[in-house]
Amino acid sequence: MSASTHGHHAVLKHHFDNLEQQHSAERLGMWFFLVTEVLFFSGMFVAYTVYRHWFPAEFQFASSHLILWIAGVNTALLITSSLTITLAIRSAQLGQRAALIRWLLLTFALGAGFMGFKALEYATDVHEKLVPGRMFQEEYASAVAELAPVDPAAAGTFQFKGGQQHWAQDLARRNNHLVPGSDGYVSPERVQIFLCFYWIMTGIHGIHIIAGLGCILWLVQQAYAGKIPKENYSTVEVVSLYWHLVDMIWLFLMPLLYLAGAGLHASGH
Amino acid sequence: MSIVVADTPRTAPPPPEPVAPARNYLNETSGFWSWLLTVDHKRIGILYLVSITLFFVVGGIAAGLVRTNLLTPNGAILTEDQYNKAFTAHGVVMLFLFLIPSIPAVFGNFLVPIMIGAKDLAFPKLNLASWYVFMIGAAFMVWGLLSGGIDTGWTLYPPYSSRYSHASVTPGVFGVFITGFSSIMTGLNIMVTVHKMRAPGMTWGRLPLFIWAMYATSFIQLLGTPVVAITLVLLMVERVAGVGIFDPAIGGDPVLYQHLFWFYSHPAVYIMIVPGMGVVSEVLTCFSRKNIFGYKAVAWSSVGIAVVGFLVWAHHMFVAGISYYSALLFSFLTMLVAVPSAIKVFNWVATLYRGSITFQAPMMYTLAFLVLFTVGGVTGLFLATMGTDIHLHDTYFVVAHFHFVMVGGMVLAYLAGIHFWWPKMTGRMYSDFWSRTSATVIFVGFFLTFVPQFILGYHGMPRRYPNYPEEFQVYNVLSTAGASILGVGYLMPAVYLTLSLFFGPKAQANPWSATGLEWQVPSPPTVFNFEYLPVTVCGPYEYAIGVDQLGRGLPEPPGSGDDNPAAKVGPTLLPGPLPKETEVVG
Ligand code: HEM
Ligand SMILES: [Cu+2]
Repeated sequence: MSASTHGHHAVLKHHFDNLEQQHSAERLGMWFFLVTEVLFFSGMFVAYTVYRHWFPAEFQFASSHLILWIAGVNTALLITSSLTITLAIRSAQLGQRAALIRWLLLTFALGAGFMGFKALEYATDVHEKLVPGRMFQEEYASAVAELAPVDPAAAGTFQFKGGQQHWAQDLARRNNHLVPGSDGYVSPERVQIFLCFYWIMTGIHGIHIIAGLGCILWLVQQAYAGKIPKENYSTVEVVSLYWHLVDMIWLFLMPLLYLAGAGLHASGH
Repeated sequence: MSIVVADTPRTAPPPPEPVAPARNYLNETSGFWSWLLTVDHKRIGILYLVSITLFFVVGGIAAGLVRTNLLTPNGAILTEDQYNKAFTAHGVVMLFLFLIPSIPAVFGNFLVPIMIGAKDLAFPKLNLASWYVFMIGAAFMVWGLLSGGIDTGWTLYPPYSSRYSHASVTPGVFGVFITGFSSIMTGLNIMVTVHKMRAPGMTWGRLPLFIWAMYATSFIQLLGTPVVAITLVLLMVERVAGVGIFDPAIGGDPVLYQHLFWFYSHPAVYIMIVPGMGVVSEVLTCFSRKNIFGYKAVAWSSVGIAVVGFLVWAHHMFVAGISYYSALLFSFLTMLVAVPSAIKVFNWVATLYRGSITFQAPMMYTLAFLVLFTVGGVTGLFLATMGTDIHLHDTYFVVAHFHFVMVGGMVLAYLAGIHFWWPKMTGRMYSDFWSRTSATVIFVGFFLTFVPQFILGYHGMPRRYPNYPEEFQVYNVLSTAGASILGVGYLMPAVYLTLSLFFGPKAQANPWSATGLEWQVPSPPTVFNFEYLPVTVCGPYEYAIGVDQLGRGLPEPPGSGDDNPAAKVGPTLLPGPLPKETEVVG
């Protein structure tokens, strides 16, 4: 009895009357924070929707050149990590410290895996110069220049320098001998708008994942130091709320960015 | 609100003056780090108070430059480029570094826990972090202003801000982005605190209206600020990377920026007024010794403003090429949002009616607020009407409109709050004469500054232009003269309030004989605010029956003695010991 009172004492902060109040304040605070997060991303989702509506062909084209398998693997990793962090709450609630640490580390590993694949994906994109701005424009211009002297009939089978077969070549072929604005023309400018969304949205999401990983490491450290006793399990719960939200945002990003061009994927990667 | 009249005798003896304890939040600990690492909501409020006062001075200097330059038709002192930077500096500093944090961060921090009977805000460390985040954001903005300035206007519209401006836009925008998070942190903290930390008996129906106002404001901060944050990220990416989603060169739409910007920034103008409305409700009831007229209407209209305020943003874009139909809709919704503001004004006036009004400084500022805010709100309706807005958009009429609401409204409410709660925050009283004089000077200076701007705008003088035709000069000179008086008016409180810290008489716990819980603790309060658990037994404004929220009798209100001629204005002044007996209305 006295031991548990002591436990309460260490956990309860001075300005709260009781643990009940403290935990519900923490939870409510996190929920309010999630609301701001949703609104933070909502600005981008609104803008995405507007442009997708205006430029469907370009969005479809650009989307088909993203790396779908990485997105698929990453989706699986994040969904699994949502499960493991939930199991971590359960362990915390039961006071099983070893299991808590195990589940947290597993969650961390899954999240880190996500970032690893993300890094691979970014590296590939940069390598292929799938980056809006100067890089994009030069790559496209050189593909167009290579294709310009080729006979239109042979353009379909034309072998680009070094066997290159990426977005720039694909786009140059599509637009070969088409007047900008005519039917079937895929505007390279607007493809860049999609790419802006792709980089900014996944980038900001990635920053959120990294923040979440930091929080999970902190939880591990706290658990290790014995600072997450049973009655304080809500600390894990609060972090998990954030983690779930970041997962959920990914579940929206993934189809919007990677599946928008699903119909075209055959000709892409 | 149920008033427990039966068991609170009307002539309850005033509570014994609590002996001012030797230790309070100001002297409990001392030294530089005891302030910079404090998690006490009161000290954090003071940190904000000091910082934003500094920024007010900076913004004021920029305003002085702008007004001085406008003395002559071709610019008296600045080049055109400098002029752009001066008015942008003025707008950015005043809005993001002064007005948005003003009442929420100073009084919200200081008062919300005390008013609801809590020991602190729900997340004290987050609270301290918010101040640091604010200062870091401010540092970036100051960096932007010093390293070349920002010349885009506070609205930062692309493609000028992203593509063409050679000024130091990026650090400035980054600073605004960062200060936004401090605003979110404060709002989140206050919302959770109001939900979870109310003392026993402090039901929603007994919350002081200041708390309702702060709650509504926090709601706006929480929902609006993230949207402008992401918008500014998109803008920065575009400026730094040279390509982005608002860039017309690649098919992007700069008007989309305006939508996203105003989706926050219109609600943000309510961040800049609703807290002021909360202060006004507190002061007005206290100095007319009456219950608020229509508590529920005033409380819910704050929430109404917060909600409807999110549906009107495109009234800033009537001439930006939006469709007629959406303009029509937004025009209608904008008129709708004036309704809750009007409800408040009518209720305040009804509260004054037959009250025992006395004219101490907080009340003088509040009455000035009432007049000026009403003018500002009504001229907003001229702008909400599409036909007139096409003529008035981007003219000095708009400038005058928003200065009436923001300066005449919020800044005066802020000053009212400073004068009302100064004794509580510092434990000192300030000069009665000088404070009333400053309120008068500010009121006069304000009118002289901004009424000519309505005329200028009506005659078509565009805002943000350094040059104007000769025939406008007389109004511009009048306006600059008014601004000088206004400047003097603002300097006066700076002087007498500072002097009061050293020479002012010690304040009593409840110098205004007010009812709120914050007046039932010593001035200045102790670190944990309450030495006991405060149990609230009645509504916040039981002036008529003379009891505070703990159900105890109130001390004699100041200025009710025979020596104060102002007290005689009230029609219900009775001889003898019952000066508080006014009629209960509402
Ligand atoms: C009573 C209800 C109000 C109505 C109907 C209203 C209406 C309007 C309208 C239609 C405009 C756009 C004018 C234009 O650019 O052509 C405007 C501008 C503005 N209003 Fe109000 N307003 C109201 C209250 C307020 C309040 C309370 C504040 C701030 C505390 C405020 C601050 C501003 C500002 C800062 C601008 C100019 C923004 C800029 O372009 O820089 N307004 N108002
Ligand atoms: Cu507006």
